[in-house]
Amino acid sequence: MAETARKPRLGVWKFASCDGCQLSLLDCEDELLAVAGAVDIAYFPEATRGDVKGRYDLALVEGSITTPHDAERIRDVRRWARTLVTIGACATAGGIQALRNFADVAEYAAVVYARPDYIDTLATSTPIAEHVPVDFELRGCPISKHQLVEVIAAFLAGRRPVTPAHSVCVECKLRGNVCVTVAHGTPCLGPVTHAGCNALCPSYDRGCYGCYGPKETPNPAALGDKLQEQGMDADALRRVYRTFNAAAPAFREESERHGP
Amino acid sequence: MANSEPVVLDVDGLSALFEALKRRGYRVVGPTVRDKAIVYDDLDSPADLPEGWTDEQDGGHYRLLRRDDRALFGYVVGPQSWRQFLHAPRVELWHGTKSGDGVRIEADPMPSEPLAFVGVRACELQAIAVQDRVLMGGAYVDPHYRARREGAFLVAVNCGRAGGTCFCVSMETGPKATAGFDLSLTELLDGDGHRFLVETGTDTGQAVLAELPHRPAAAAEIAAAAAVVERAAASMGREMRSDDVRDLLMRNLEHRRWDDVADRCLSCGNCTMVCPTCFCTTVEETSGLTGAESARSRRWDSCFTMDFSYIHGGSVRSSTRSRYRQWMTHKLATWHDQFDMSGCVGCGRCITWCPVGIDITEEVRAIRGDGPN
Repeated sequence: MAETARKPRLGVWKFASCDGCQLSLLDCEDELLAVAGAVDIAYFPEATRGDVKGRYDLALVEGSITTPHDAERIRDVRRWARTLVTIGACATAGGIQALRNFADVAEYAAVVYARPDYIDTLATSTPIAEHVPVDFELRGCPISKHQLVEVIAAFLAGRRPVTPAHSVCVECKLRGNVCVTVAHGTPCLGPVTHAGCNALCPSYDRGCYGCYGPKETPNPAALGDKLQEQGMDADALRRVYRTFNAAAPAFREESERHGP
Repeated sequence: MANSEPVVLDVDGLSALFEALKRRGYRVVGPTVRDKAIVYDDLDSPADLPEGWTDEQDGGHYRLLRRDDRALFGYVVGPQSWRQFLHAPRVELWHGTKSGDGVRIEADPMPSEPLAFVGVRACELQAIAVQDRVLMGGAYVDPHYRARREGAFLVAVNCGRAGGTCFCVSMETGPKATAGFDLSLTELLDGDGHRFLVETGTDTGQAVLAELPHRPAAAAEIAAAAAVVERAAASMGREMRSDDVRDLLMRNLEHRRWDDVADRCLSCGNCTMVCPTCFCTTVEETSGLTGAESARSRRWDSCFTMDFSYIHGGSVRSSTRSRYRQWMTHKLATWHDQFDMSGCVGCGRCITWCPVGIDITEEVRAIRGDGPN
């Protein structure tokens, strides 16, 4: 055996989520072989068989905590992970399933399941960081595969990932997009939303839906006043802030300003 | 320096201007309609210009409207400025490759294609002059800016109307182009036809003009062109007293208006992204998965982000209040100390393109105490 330094071991874990974010890793197509070459993908139920016990240098965690069992399981993952990175809106903000945080989960279960007594679930959906220390959070619903590759590359190089926390507006302007809200009157969450998607929706003439959650130092109330001016009523305002990142504090507070 | 008598160019002459510029190897850039706005992009001929369009602008509001004539320059400035060509949003600086025991660093190539801008407004000429001062006028010259700026050919257009957020008269930057252009045009649309009064600013401008079909301007045409500019000057959508603004702001760094504006400000950075004089950038370092490649690029940054003032331990300007105050006092006050000029040219973009319509002229009035609040 020649040099072959041990490659960092990567594991991918899933909690309450749709799998879309971890599939972004498989979507990497062009970069996938490079990723597989750079790290030892030791645990990834979506792509490999069998699981390997032991220490993980990098744990990618998708999904939110919605059951007592998962609240325990994430502690195990943390215990075995040197670096823990949460990926996606579920893991970083509780996801769309955090709509339960605004309602009565027993009532939901009664409506959805024939035998709700089989369901053992928590009253809330919460981000991973509320349960264990997290080293880095990658935002998005779903995450951007380019940003995922960037996070892995940064981890390998021991540097900070380039994933700016500024608004989607900055991405629009860097792309040369005409502002859909100022020039077309289209309601847009871009000014309060974390960058990362490269302004996907505004680039196709639509307002931003806030998939990446609140940007740094957001001001959702001031934007709420503007959205109201553009014709949104209280119901619409509550809903626009209550989607994939409904439980992110800045969005939650603004949605609650417009109703229960 | 050429400064001959004004001449008249008809619409065919304008086509000839495009041809002459292309013949000389310029990449011709100018206003055109895209996504319901007037943007700056590559132009092939005057047919690409926004013929018969105008714009309606107010705080956080921009709409394209039809004019009842065929004016080619009957609008004011849009969401973009020439900065996107001279001081590009992203510039690749260098990339490095690891091979064997060494690392090879290669600078990314500088642009070499000369630019010709058609339709530069007076406020924009001043904005270019501001960036020239900042990026080329001191001990440290930005080679990337210089590579794009030197050799650029500027065709100015004098404004025939002011937009709803224009205040160039207050900032003494327009509406008539007085310096910094190779050629300047004033569009005339009257009973005598659609034509342009042309003035020359440089020898290169004079040489290009010599290739175009033109005739001397009649006295009535010179008077008509002056009237066009006067009409624009008399119709400014905004005004801002600027003679004392530096001292006014520096005396009021703790004014309660900064708290008020911070309540409304989204800290989204749009004002800085559309400002034609903003010049701040950050550098981004990236590395590949194999560790064999790395690259450095720079991109526009904004003083409204937390990273902008991040130093060891945290951001210096963590509140929106401090970030808005930094932006506005830099534009209107400390720019004078730093560069001996104002950082604001009165183009109104920061007002129009602020999603919530924060108005720099209104903020100044409020701090002065003779406005609302």
